[in-house]
Amino acid sequence: MIRQIVLPGTFLAEAGSKKAGKGTFIENNAIYSARLGILEERGDYINVIPLSGAYEPSIGDTVIGIVEEAMRNAWLIDINAPYPALLGVEESPWKINYGETAKYLKAGEMVIAVIARIDEARNIELTMKSKPCRKIEDGFIIEIQPTKVPRVIGKNASMLSVIKKYTGCWIFVGQNGRIWLKCPDERLGLAIEAIRKIESEAHTVGLTQRIEKMLRDRNG
Amino acid sequence: MGELIKNGIRVDGRKPDELRRIKIEAGVLYRADGSCYLEWGGNKILAAVYGPREALPRHIQDPTKALVNARYNMASFSVQERKRPGPDRRSTEISKVTSEALEAVIFTELFPRTTIDINIEVLDAEAGTRCAGITAAAVALADAGIPMRDIPVACAAGKVDGVVVLDLTREEDQGGEADLPIAIAPRSEEILLLQMDGHLTYKEFEEAIELAIKGAKQVSKLQKEALMRKYKKVE
Repeated sequence: MIRQIVLPGTFLAEAGSKKAGKGTFIENNAIYSARLGILEERGDYINVIPLSGAYEPSIGDTVIGIVEEAMRNAWLIDINAPYPALLGVEESPWKINYGETAKYLKAGEMVIAVIARIDEARNIELTMKSKPCRKIEDGFIIEIQPTKVPRVIGKNASMLSVIKKYTGCWIFVGQNGRIWLKCPDERLGLAIEAIRKIESEAHTVGLTQRIEKMLRDRNG
Repeated sequence: MGELIKNGIRVDGRKPDELRRIKIEAGVLYRADGSCYLEWGGNKILAAVYGPREALPRHIQDPTKALVNARYNMASFSVQERKRPGPDRRSTEISKVTSEALEAVIFTELFPRTTIDINIEVLDAEAGTRCAGITAAAVALADAGIPMRDIPVACAAGKVDGVVVLDLTREEDQGGEADLPIAIAPRSEEILLLQMDGHLTYKEFEEAIELAIKGAKQVSKLQKEALMRKYKKVE
């Protein structure tokens, strides 16, 4: 079974009967879909949940970033968004002398960070002061389509706990589509396979049960 | 040239208001954010969309909106006589009009300072490549999840042996009197591209536009089916 998929320009409702939510627009008193996605009605609002597209950063998102450049008092971080993000020295968990940023984070290294500020010109600033933020020193990182992140986590993290239960992996999902896995030896492949299956079947119903069945069967 | 229309039937057996065979497949490339493979008569076209991504060098960035940068390219083996590779006057023009046609439906203001890159690769050409290119690029844009007002679609009409016909073949394009490619936003019938080669009377022009819009709407259905098919494949 498949949920209702809409395309850009699909008529959704008259403007009076519903409110135009995310992924929609109003033209001549009618609500249309702006993108390819799944139709969702929540309360008065009519939303389109995208099935594809770039990561759109928003304040408070926890993301996995790759250090692109260590500047004198900040780092330039790639967070898989259309814009690079800046992590200032004062927002890092370390006490750093001026010009010594590269001692703590070098280009190519990875961090978990939270988006602190976005201005109207889409300049993004990160912080590493809060809870899950840290430098990533071991494990494995995979990238999925950012629009599929909510499916990998599931309602109340149900999907994630299923994968964790059957593979014994430690998994952290960044909102930007990067996933950090730490697995007991041979289970890594199975965990990645499950995540890839979720990614390609994200628009279908009953996915958690199918993933659970797949993991149970494969565990022997 | 010999006769191109005999007893109301064209050289390839079509009626004047009939389209060539069209096949569209969405999401064919793994590395691109969105892609489309399209066959339209003898045309074979691959379109790929990347972005929105950071526009570089920085001085090309627009702080108010995204840039839409389409690149139309014909493979050297796409025509009967080998085409010298690289951009030429014709492909530069088509790239420009394609960018502008597609930009008209994209919500560019949602992604300031970025660029949306569209690559249209003509692998095999048989008249009407610019229409086929826009049609393929539109599917690739929707596949890439780019917010748009509508899925644009293009189709050509023309005049052959004094008859207004839809979707010209190579023989008709070369031996006919006029070619009129248009691109529209099918929901509003807003015209996004209109070019004309040859001569038409005002009456014939109106007739050709109407015919091309009718053709484009048929192609639009195929585009939508192709996008839906991509997500119906899984169980």
